[in-house]
Amino acid sequence: MLYDVSIDGKNHRLELNRAHGDWSCRLDGRELEVDAVLARPDVLSLRIGNQAYEVKSERVGEDLHLWVGSTRFAAEIRDPRSLRNRSRSGDDHGPKKITAPMPGKVVRVLVREGDEVKLGAGVAVVEAMKMQNEIKSPKKGRVQKIIASEGATVNAGDVLAIVE
Amino acid sequence: MFKKILIANRGEIAVRVLRACHEMGIAAVVVYSDVDRASLPVRKADEAYPIGAAAASESYLNIAKILDVAKRSGADAIHPGYGFLSENANFAQACADAGVKFIGPTAAAMNSMGSKTRARQAMEKAGVPFVPGTSRGVESFEEAEQVAAKIGYPIMLKAAAGGGGKGMRFVPAREELKSSLEAARSEAERSFADREVYIEKAIVNPRHIEMQVLADEHGNTVYLGERECSLQRRHQKVMEEAPSPIVDADMRRRMGEVAVRVAQAAAYTNAGTVEFLVDQNQNFYFLEMNTRLQVEHPVTELITGLDLVHLQIGIAAGEKLPFQQEDVRIRGHAIECRIYAEDPDNNYFPSPGKITLLLAPSGPGIRRDSGMYEGWTVPLDYDPLLAKLIGYGTDRDQAIARLTRALNEYFVGGIKTNLSLFRRILRDENFRHARLDTGFLDRMLQRPEDKRIDSGAAEVAAIAAGLFAVLGSTASDSGKDATGAASKRAENGSATNWKSASRREALR
Repeated sequence: MLYDVSIDGKNHRLELNRAHGDWSCRLDGRELEVDAVLARPDVLSLRIGNQAYEVKSERVGEDLHLWVGSTRFAAEIRDPRSLRNRSRSGDDHGPKKITAPMPGKVVRVLVREGDEVKLGAGVAVVEAMKMQNEIKSPKKGRVQKIIASEGATVNAGDVLAIVE
Repeated sequence: MFKKILIANRGEIAVRVLRACHEMGIAAVVVYSDVDRASLPVRKADEAYPIGAAAASESYLNIAKILDVAKRSGADAIHPGYGFLSENANFAQACADAGVKFIGPTAAAMNSMGSKTRARQAMEKAGVPFVPGTSRGVESFEEAEQVAAKIGYPIMLKAAAGGGGKGMRFVPAREELKSSLEAARSEAERSFADREVYIEKAIVNPRHIEMQVLADEHGNTVYLGERECSLQRRHQKVMEEAPSPIVDADMRRRMGEVAVRVAQAAAYTNAGTVEFLVDQNQNFYFLEMNTRLQVEHPVTELITGLDLVHLQIGIAAGEKLPFQQEDVRIRGHAIECRIYAEDPDNNYFPSPGKITLLLAPSGPGIRRDSGMYEGWTVPLDYDPLLAKLIGYGTDRDQAIARLTRALNEYFVGGIKTNLSLFRRILRDENFRHARLDTGFLDRMLQRPEDKRIDSGAAEVAAIAAGLFAVLGSTASDSGKDATGAASKRAENGSATNWKSASRREALR
C-alpha cells in the first residue's frame, strides 16, 4: 500500500506491504525493516530494525496527532489511489472546518467572509471560564464561510468558520 | 471510631479520603453535582448522593444540602478535603451544631487564622517572627505612605481577607503606591467583599517554605517537617517537594517550634500548615496559616512514613497522637507535580474534554493520586486538577530521576495537560541544583523553550501513521474493532493453549 504522509507539514512517501506476517517498508525511497503490533487501537508497538518505539494516536476534532514517546507530531495520511480516502481526510487542499475547542461564548469574530488568512491567524475569540481564547486558522487560505456570530454560545466541536 | 464519613469534596482528594476510610473500615459517603455523576469518587463510594447543579454554590459549597445528606445517610463525621468548605468557619460550626464531627479544626481556630491581620496580631503576641509590616489594615493613603516609607520599598499590599493571590499588589516605589492601593482595595472588595488592605515588606526572590503541623484534641502538637513550594505560577503552586533543599536539621527544629507556637496560639487541632517566607539569608517569616489538609500533603507522608488522613480521622475521633515529636523521622526526598487539564501552548488555558487514552506510570518510588480515568470527560466547571504525580527516592537526585522516568511513561490523550511543563522543569539546571525561589517559574517560562527538532522521531511517526492506517482498517474491515478481532483470535488461541497446558501439567 502506498501512502502520502505529512508529519508537521513535511511530506513523506510511504510504502507498506505485508507478506507472510512480515512487513516490508520503504520511506522516501529508503528500505527499512519494520515490525509492528497494535497493543490497543490507539497504541502501536513499533520496531524499526531493533529500535523499539511506542507510538500513541490521538484524534482532536479533525486533526490526527501522533506521539513518539513524549513528542507530538501533527499527521495527515492519504492513500493516493483511494478516492474514498481523499474526500474523507481533510488535506491542505480542501476546506477546513474551524471548530470551538470547548463550550463558551463567541466574543469577537476577527475576519470576514472572503478574507485571506495565514496559517495561525486569529479567526474568532471564544470566552470560557473567564478567560479568552483566540481560535486560529489551521491553514493558509480564504475564509469561505463564517457560521458563528458575536455573542453566540457554542459547544465543543461546533463549527465557527470554514477556511478553504 | 466513626462508622461512616461524608466526604464534602470531589476529584482526586475525594478519592484520597475515600481510600483512607476504606483502609480504616469506615463507610464512605460521597456527594456529587450533576456533572460529577460519572466521576471516580462516585464509582468507588459506598453511598452516593446527588446534590444539585454543577455550580459550586449549588452543590459543593451548599452547606444546607451537605448537612441534609449527612443526616439522611447517618454519617457521623464530615471530611471537607481542601478548597470548597474546608476553611469555612460557618460550615465547621454548622457541623458542630448538627452533631456531625467536622474533621478539622474548630470554627474558633479557623477564625483566628482566617483574617490575615488578626493572624499577624496573634503572632505578634506569641513572639513569632513575621514579615515587617502593619498588623492592621491601612485606613488612608497617607497612612499607607508613612508606613511604606518606614518599612522601605519594595512593599506588598495584601487583602486582609485574602488568599489565592487576589487583592495583592507588588509596589516597587512610592510613585505607584496610590494607584496600587486603589487597585488592591477594589480587587479585595470584589473577591472577598472586604476592602481591608495591609502592608508587608516585599522580600526579594523569597522561598515559600511551609511546615506541616498536627495537633490532637488533648493538647499535643507536633511538626512533621517542611515542604518547599517555591515553584508557582501566578501565586498558584505547581510543584512541591519535601524536605526543602535549604533547610538543615537545626533550621527545621527552629521553624517547627515556631509553627507549633503558632498552632498553639490559635488553639489549633487536627492538621494544618504554617507558611513562611524565607529570604536569601535563610531568615524565615510567618506568612499565614492554612487551616486544612493541603493538596501537597503526599510529599510529607512519603518522607515521614505517616498517613495524614488516617491521623486526621483518628484525631477527630478523640484519639491521642500515637507518637511524640522525637519519634518523627525524615527520610528520603519526595517531589510532587500537579497535573492539570491545561494547554501549555495557549497560556495554560483550561482544557476540558474526554480522556481517550490514559497510560499511567507506576513502579518504584512512584505515587499517583488521581481523579481521572480513561473515558472520563473532564468537566469545565471546576479547578482542572486531574492528578498528583509524586516521585520518591533516597535523595533528591533519585526522586528527580524517578519522577522524570514516570513523566516519560505518562500519557493522557484527548485533552491537553501540563505534563510537558514538568519535563521541562526537571531538565532545568537551576532546578536540578535546587536554586529555587518564587520567581523561578515565571523566569523559566519567559525564556524561549529549547525545542530540539528530532527528525528521527518524525520518520518514526511517518511509518507509524501508515501502520495505524493498515492495522486499524484491517480490524474494522472485518466488521470488528481491533480489540474485538484480537480478542476473538486470543480466545481461539488461548482455548487451545489451556488445553495443551493442562495436558502438559497432567503429564508432569
